[in-house]
Amino acid sequence: MKLLKLVPDHTNLDFMRWRNLALILSLIATVLSLGYTMYRGLNLGVDFVGGQLVRVTFPQPVDVERLRAQVDSLQLGEASIQEFGSPRTVQIRLPKPGGGDAAANVAADRVRQLVESNYPGAKIDSVDTVSGKVSGELAQNSALAIALAMLGIAIYIWFRFEWQFGVGALLTLAHDIAMTLGFFAFTRLQVDLNVVAAFLTIVGYSLNDTVVIYDRIRENLRKYRKMAILPLLNLSLNETLARTVVTSLTVLLAMGIMMLIGPEVIFALSLAIFLGVVIGTYSSIYIATPVLVWLGVQPDSFLKGDEKEDEREAQPA
Amino acid sequence: MLDFPRWKVWLIGILIAIGVLLSIPSLIAGTPLAASWPKWLPQYKISLGLDLAGGSHLLLEADARDAIKQRLQAKEDEVATELRRDPRIDIGDISTAGGRLSFLVRDPTKVDTVVERLRKLSQPVALTGNRDWDVQVMDSTRIVLTPTQAGTTQALRDAMSVARDVVRRRIDPGGTKEITVITEGGNRVLVQVPGVEDPEALKQLIGQTARLEFKLVDQSANPQDVQAGRAPAGSQVLPMADGTGAIAVKRRVMVSGDQIVKAQQSFDQDGRPVVAIGFNSAGARRFGRVTQENVNKPFAIILDDKVLSAPNINEPILGGSAQISGNFTVKSANDLAVSLASGKLPVKLNVIEERTVGPDLGKDSIHKGVIASLVGTVAVMIFMLVTYGRFGVYANIALIVNAFLILGIMSMFNATLTLPGIAGFILTIGAAVDANVLINERIREEMRRGRRLMDAVESGYREAMRAIFDANVTHVISAGIMAYFGSGPVRGFAVVLLIGIVTSVFTAVYFTRMLVALWIHRTRPRALHI
Repeated sequence: MKLLKLVPDHTNLDFMRWRNLALILSLIATVLSLGYTMYRGLNLGVDFVGGQLVRVTFPQPVDVERLRAQVDSLQLGEASIQEFGSPRTVQIRLPKPGGGDAAANVAADRVRQLVESNYPGAKIDSVDTVSGKVSGELAQNSALAIALAMLGIAIYIWFRFEWQFGVGALLTLAHDIAMTLGFFAFTRLQVDLNVVAAFLTIVGYSLNDTVVIYDRIRENLRKYRKMAILPLLNLSLNETLARTVVTSLTVLLAMGIMMLIGPEVIFALSLAIFLGVVIGTYSSIYIATPVLVWLGVQPDSFLKGDEKEDEREAQPA
Repeated sequence: MLDFPRWKVWLIGILIAIGVLLSIPSLIAGTPLAASWPKWLPQYKISLGLDLAGGSHLLLEADARDAIKQRLQAKEDEVATELRRDPRIDIGDISTAGGRLSFLVRDPTKVDTVVERLRKLSQPVALTGNRDWDVQVMDSTRIVLTPTQAGTTQALRDAMSVARDVVRRRIDPGGTKEITVITEGGNRVLVQVPGVEDPEALKQLIGQTARLEFKLVDQSANPQDVQAGRAPAGSQVLPMADGTGAIAVKRRVMVSGDQIVKAQQSFDQDGRPVVAIGFNSAGARRFGRVTQENVNKPFAIILDDKVLSAPNINEPILGGSAQISGNFTVKSANDLAVSLASGKLPVKLNVIEERTVGPDLGKDSIHKGVIASLVGTVAVMIFMLVTYGRFGVYANIALIVNAFLILGIMSMFNATLTLPGIAGFILTIGAAVDANVLINERIREEMRRGRRLMDAVESGYREAMRAIFDANVTHVISAGIMAYFGSGPVRGFAVVLLIGIVTSVFTAVYFTRMLVALWIHRTRPRALHI
């Protein structure tokens, strides 16, 4: 049987030739992405801003406009009504009402009664009620968790490699998170707790490629003491290229299928991980690696202090 | 390194067999096969999260203001009871304004005795060196009791643990359902009830404090004053529960709901729903004495500071059982009976988060999740097969074993599978083969460098190991933080990832290396097709 080889045996692509251009483009993209996120804001779900989300499945496709008028007549504030996955399923989102927590509970109740009395056979799939207090805590915890995960991983990489690699990992992660944020701001996909799980996953898994490439760079730095840094990075990237492509494809395959035929409720989670893998693959090559050049990684970076002395003494001045 | 002693093969084999065995009860749960699973084999099962099984998740928070108010009222009762024991002590002008309890001692010579008695009443708060109430004398005859911060904190903590038990009894009087009721962060109670059809009823059941009190109606009060909210000294104005105005009652509690030992919904002689209650012996004695002393006077039945009804005491009620009337429906009478039987909540609880998932949505999610997982796994396996041939087959066997092990370990720890957990499962499948991809690509590389087969395989495994280790540690960091900070479904996702990381290193590295070693030993291949 002839085996599939997506990457030919002896590639010698000059990745680093485009490193400055790629870094500048990435920087612009990151700034644009963050700026856009700040300007447009994220479409935060009730998990993070409080309020209520009621999902209803109707026995037949429902007239959203009519339903909207009915919900509006309850005067519960500005309701948003959207189809969710199919024309028979809608999600009704209500803002956080004034008047405390008791009022919030009453609102969900009234929507429930409205649906049940006007649409026989309709089923309430789920109700989420989140008070302002809880949503604030969830938002704070989520941001804290993402920041801690980034820092924790960067520190680990620093310990296992060198400080330049730790900084490289941190910058790579910042880029990946910024791009994913921009994507969510642009598509207006709702950001809920599941999406935060996806962000944390991206933090762990988009770094997968980076770790593998860094490992190869470390190995080559020890092996080829005399090689200049740019050719060495290129060599490392080429040597790991086949693995990068195959692994990224398997994860994309698995998550793509989850997106297409998996449960609607976790579509955004699957999408975010899918996207994170694409971004992470790119950034491991064009951010994590060239950053090392800038931070002055040298063939002797992995030698201990006294070993460096020995090397210098051994070389004729 | 490719030398696998027989005992290692056996050990790995046994570990895998145990994992598979542990996973089976979860896999066959809900199918006819479940009944034929032998009883002597492990029965551990994965539990389904509320987002898959359907049910309600409620986060309740103590109303701190209410807690302080209730504590003050309880103190007032306690002080009144204590001082009534000494007939020479006469107090008046009791006030609870400003969060403090203060009153006048009519006879100035008794002030010291009163202070002495009240100091004895206060309790030291564990570990703080403070007492729970400060007793002070102001203007030589007014005694002021102020709750200390330590006392308030301690009281809230105690109240929460009582509240947790009360909530549990209310939702599940029989103690048979698989519900979760835990306190969180000092002032919250988390309630998870699977398969709830009507979350509103649940909330009503929990929302009621159910503090029942019997007080005498103050007939001396001027009706106009009462409507304006003013009551004579020693009395208070309370609203009627049905909204028909207000009524003045004596402040002193004749009998309280604490002494009720049983309560059930019943009907009175006219067929209206009522709640039949029974007191314990002390309560029955007290109730009997009070009704005996107050025949032909109305008394108010008060629930959570609202008057349910104020019937006339026609005759002494001596047997220790009574009926509570009010404008009940059968259902509201039943709810009240459950609430009374489970005891009053020591503090009012507000729902600050509710998540309810209907049972059908959960079923649909499981169905789609399982299909997507299967299709995804098969797709990854085909991809591995066409890319690495024999080594792909090994990776695939490892993948299947891995899936069983994840389920087996989750079953053993009775872990909860949530909807994001399903995504975590398939992500693990996708990422688990990364270890094999790393190893196989490394073997290819070593072969290209002209190494002999055995050398290539050996250094392939050895050299790939570093990257596999580092990559997995980064995964553990992010998944661990997720498990720590995440709530409910997200934690379920993190748990699957964490378990998957451990099992996938075992299957993708050790297990496949064993398969490769056995193959090489058996066939002594000359060339490697990879």
